[in-house]
Amino acid sequence: MRFLFKTAYEDDIKLFPHSGYVVSYGILLALLLIAPFVLSSYLMSQLVFVCIYATVGVALLILTGFTGQASLGHAAFLAIGAYTAAYLQKYNVPFPVYFLAAGALSGLIGAMVGFPALRLTGIYLVIATISFALIVEEILARWESVTHGNEGMRVKALSLLGVPVPRDSPTFYFLCLAVLVLTIVGTLNLLRSPTGRAFVAIRDSETAARSMGVNVALYKVKSFAISAAITGFAGVLFAHKLSFISPEMFTLQLSIEFIIVILIGGTFSLHGAVLGAIFIVMIDPFLTYLKDDMPGMIAGIAATFGAGPATAGNIQSKVAAFASLNGLKGAIYGIIIVLFVLFEPLGLYGRWLKIKLFFQLFPLYKRATFKRQKIYVKSERNR
Amino acid sequence: MLDFVQQLVSGVALGCVYGLIALGFVLVYKATEVVNFAQGDLMMLGGFFAFTFIGMMGLNYWIGFAGAVAAMALFGMLAERVVVRPILGYPQFSIIMATIGLGYFLRSIAGMIWGTDDLKIETPFSQGVLRMGSLVLAYDKLSVIAATMILCTLLYLFFNKTTLGTAMRASSENMLAAYYMGIPVKRVVSIVWAISAAVATCAGVLLAPITFIHSNVGLVLGLKAFPAAVLGGFGSIPGAVVGGVLIGVIESMAGFYLPEGWKDVAPYLVLLAVLLLKPEGLFGHHVRKKV
Repeated sequence: MRFLFKTAYEDDIKLFPHSGYVVSYGILLALLLIAPFVLSSYLMSQLVFVCIYATVGVALLILTGFTGQASLGHAAFLAIGAYTAAYLQKYNVPFPVYFLAAGALSGLIGAMVGFPALRLTGIYLVIATISFALIVEEILARWESVTHGNEGMRVKALSLLGVPVPRDSPTFYFLCLAVLVLTIVGTLNLLRSPTGRAFVAIRDSETAARSMGVNVALYKVKSFAISAAITGFAGVLFAHKLSFISPEMFTLQLSIEFIIVILIGGTFSLHGAVLGAIFIVMIDPFLTYLKDDMPGMIAGIAATFGAGPATAGNIQSKVAAFASLNGLKGAIYGIIIVLFVLFEPLGLYGRWLKIKLFFQLFPLYKRATFKRQKIYVKSERNR
Repeated sequence: MLDFVQQLVSGVALGCVYGLIALGFVLVYKATEVVNFAQGDLMMLGGFFAFTFIGMMGLNYWIGFAGAVAAMALFGMLAERVVVRPILGYPQFSIIMATIGLGYFLRSIAGMIWGTDDLKIETPFSQGVLRMGSLVLAYDKLSVIAATMILCTLLYLFFNKTTLGTAMRASSENMLAAYYMGIPVKRVVSIVWAISAAVATCAGVLLAPITFIHSNVGLVLGLKAFPAAVLGGFGSIPGAVVGGVLIGVIESMAGFYLPEGWKDVAPYLVLLAVLLLKPEGLFGHHVRKKV
């Protein structure tokens, strides 16, 4: 086990606490850089979605994980980014300009949402962000001169320095990866700056933060704006990846999916956003795979346990019928969310930390290390 | 003028529906501080249960209604035991997510069992209208208004006058202290979920002739009932109904007098405006923060 001796505050806020980090993240980055030359085009496309979802996840983590302001309206910010890109692209605005414009507009609207949100906490904030998202969705459907309403908008392939970048080319993947990495590094830097510490202070106790001299209103608005801006950037990439956008893509469902990303990944660390994004994006191909292969596998197992060919065939068709039931995906989604909340509240990254600690302390690991405290005493209304 | 009154009445009827669902939200919130995002889906499930009893098994309407309410009360207890009890005492966000997950699950399961078609229950109120002068009121809408008023009064009395109601309010203020005072907090929470699922079922069955039942009805109406509960202050039973009626009236007025598209947005705009001016809703109490 490695002991880190910290003798100065600078040691505590280093980006890479020890050389192991540099090596492991270096290897990860190298693997990601050679990925397009190794993986199939389908997996590459999924990887691009992982990058986009992870970027939104990081944005949501800044707001929900680190500032403690829940939002169920991030699909709206994504939509604002995507539509800004699509609209400006029609007038031949170059990519870097509309990329930044989308982020700026999204951030501005995020700040505007942040103002009313200042006085709201908990459930009231959740419902206010849902209302905001529903209003944006309706505006997108009705403001036909700009958004083409429910017909949706086509998004041309983006062109970088005059060279077109198709949405399934390695260059587009590198672009998404670059945005994700820059977002993560930027967020890490933000979180170890005074601003980030103010965010965490607000999350832990607003009253205590205020009494320490943190301007709560200012930092909440900042948090909303930063989070919305990053989501807007992700929206541009999202629009280009899908090459077609319409209002029904940016529903409450998508906002919930983003929350699930950070919930499953873990809300206390940026790793969570990436792990959660991998989980959410990969669950679809995994379920399809199960649907195709599960019936045969179960029939095979039944056959090895002495079932006759007729029974095995019967089992196979029954399982196949069950697997292709409408709505099975939603049920599995629901079960996954509930199971994570009940049994893995720290998310996938929390599980990784637990496993790591288990081996580091090998015979001495205590389960109670990660136990969260339950509070029965005060209601949140009075807190 | 007649148009206005007609819109007003249909808005009130619609609002009572929202209020009825919002009542379920408020009940659970009042007693356990849990915000149940699956309330609309409990309503949907209640409607399907009633459809099974009345439409498929051919039972009498009232017997089927009572059967559905009883079955859903048990289901509410089960949901509380499995999903909510293990995470009581954790931050609200986890519980919100757990109930969102429960909602997803119920919607898909209901879609698998009962299919995705619109179903209809034959009720004694399905046909017929009440004419008052030139004003026309359908019985199904009147039945919703009446049921909302009755349920609201009963629940209000229950919460404020009975021992069990007092126990519920106490455990919402401070579970630990309530437990020390000899209140069986677990059983109280369980009963609250049963009552709230039963109220949701009443809403589902009464709604059946108006909106039909399909697996997404809970999500659609739940999203409207939610602002109703918030508007009313989330902790207040009369507030939920008043909030629901406000939302319903705003919606039907906006649908009649404003251009297309405003109908769906107007309730949320009003909600945001109210939250800006009065963050605790119209009937909520303002509580000072303590460190």
